[in-house]
Amino acid sequence: MVKRQVGLLRVWVVAVLVAAGSMPSAWAQQRWLPIAEDGLRDPASPAVRLLQPPEEALSKLEPDTAGNQVRWVKALDKGQIEPRSSILPGTEVEVYDGDVYLNLRGGMPPVRFPHREHTLWLACSNCHDEIFKKEPGSNKLSMFVILQGEQCGVCHGAVAFPLTECSRCHNTTREEALAAVERQQAERAAAKAKGAAR
Amino acid sequence: MTVRWLVVVLAAMFLALIAMPAQSEYADVVLNRFSEKEGMRPVVFPHWFHRIRFRCKVCHSELGFKMRAGANEVRMTDIIEGRFCGMCHDGQIAWAADNCDLCHSGKPGLPPGIFGGHETSGPGRW
Ligand code: HEC
Ligand code: HEC
Ligand code: HEC
Ligand code: HEC
Ligand code: HEC
Ligand code: HEC
Repeated sequence: MVKRQVGLLRVWVVAVLVAAGSMPSAWAQQRWLPIAEDGLRDPASPAVRLLQPPEEALSKLEPDTAGNQVRWVKALDKGQIEPRSSILPGTEVEVYDGDVYLNLRGGMPPVRFPHREHTLWLACSNCHDEIFKKEPGSNKLSMFVILQGEQCGVCHGAVAFPLTECSRCHNTTREEALAAVERQQAERAAAKAKGAAR
Repeated sequence: MTVRWLVVVLAAMFLALIAMPAQSEYADVVLNRFSEKEGMRPVVFPHWFHRIRFRCKVCHSELGFKMRAGANEVRMTDIIEGRFCGMCHDGQIAWAADNCDLCHSGKPGLPPGIFGGHETSGPGRW
């Protein structure tokens, strides 16, 4: 009797391991659930037949392994999608192309925050100055706070690519980051000197 | 011995199935501050569908949607008068507000918030 139970237990342990092992591969391949099975839509609603299934639209775009399984910035850069920038007449659309290097002294690789990719999608006022002040070092950024859904975590983990993608933010080496910061400082000093000479 | 392996495989398939519950698409938002109280299904807003057509700045800057699920007090009168969803769902940019079921499509009882599987739980709930 005891022996039989141990045998059954072993079966279950192996089953759990096999199931756990098969899950990452199930997640790794792209798949989108049909509207009726998404857990949000009421299967009795007439909308289930009318709404577009995510797979129909998203499977044609630049693939990714997380979030919507679409690499949205690439899809935009390659012209696969052409989302409108404004609908009201007279709205100024601004794109700012400047990188900010963060986390130069952490245990994780530094973070290169790209303004270009963000301002293609977002307005300055979506971040400045409520979420982030512009002054370097004035924001007390922290991974703990980000994981709580503040700072970068307002969007990443909600709508933009999720926080499980560490290396997409911790995306550069210390040498490169320090060299880039030095270049930026030199450029700024030169611009200032030019301004003063005039 | 072979029977035992068959059991293992079946049990693994069963576990894998229950471990993967139905997941809504990443970044779907449920709006349900008033709908159900007033006898309508909760509203489901799909970010993926809209961001193919509009950049974030259109809704979150021009139209003034606050970036926090549940933070916007949206009433049907607002929408019919052209605010919030009604800026576009006016019969010109997109179909008009008389298509009740397309927006009010959620399962009864859904709480307001952002959905989308293990990766999304939104601000404050990672
Ligand atoms: C910036 C403009 C805009 C705003 C704001 C907007 N929508 Fe839409 N929406 C669209 C367009 C355009 C379509 C596509 C219409 C078409 O296919 O004719 C659409 C389609 C939809 C669909 C159908 C998707 C499908 O699968 O076909 C739903 C549901 C929807 N919107 C809900 C909402 C809700 C809820 C809100 C407010 C919380 C909202 N929308 C705000 C522009 C907008
Ligand atoms: C959305 C971008 C983003 C993602 C994704 C992200 N981080 Fe961070 N992380 C940051 C920022 C910004 C900081 C703060 C930088 C500073 O201190 O100036 C930070 C800081 C940290 C720190 C503290 C500083 C250090 O280097 O010791 C750790 C540890 C960390 N992140 C680990 C992770 C891990 C692990 C993941 C993946 C699970 C991750 N991060 C994903 C942006 C991100
Ligand atoms: C997604 C959020 C986000 C958006 C949108 C955004 N910024 Fe920033 N910005 C940041 C962050 C983060 C920093 C770094 C702050 C720090 O160093 O702590 C920053 C820093 C800056 C700085 C100082 C560093 C530098 O490059 O000189 C300027 C200037 C700036 N932003 C301008 C803009 C302008 C102009 C826009 C709109 C076109 C904009 N930002 C949109 C997040 C954003
Ligand atoms: C207001 C919303 C918002 C905030 C805040 C924000 N991001 Fe983003 N971020 C986006 C969006 C939208 C994209 C486009 C890609 C996507 O949707 O997955 C993006 C893209 C990126 C990319 C480029 C990804 C690629 O595919 O090439 C990086 C890197 C990044 N964010 C880092 C950060 C860091 C670091 C912070 C905090 C300092 C931050 N973001 C804060 C919205 C935001
Ligand atoms: C474009 C999307 C959209 C369409 C179409 C739409 N609604 Fe709504 N409706 C909303 C949103 C968003 C809310 C606010 C949700 C909340 O917080 O509960 C709402 C709220 C409501 C409410 C509760 C709040 C209030 O103002 O009383 C009622 C009742 C309602 N809708 C009825 C209708 C009816 C009836 C129709 C069809 C004639 C309709 N809706 C069509 C998006 C829509
Ligand atoms: C068509 C309009 C529309 C577009 C385009 C749009 N959003 Fe949203 N967004 C909404 C609505 C509606 C809500 C829900 C507000 C509520 O519940 O009160 C929302 C909620 C959010 C939230 C809050 C989620 C939470 O967890 O609380 C974030 C973050 C967000 N959007 C970011 C983005 C980003 C980043 C983009 C661009 C990639 C974007 N949105 C594009 C309409 C839009």
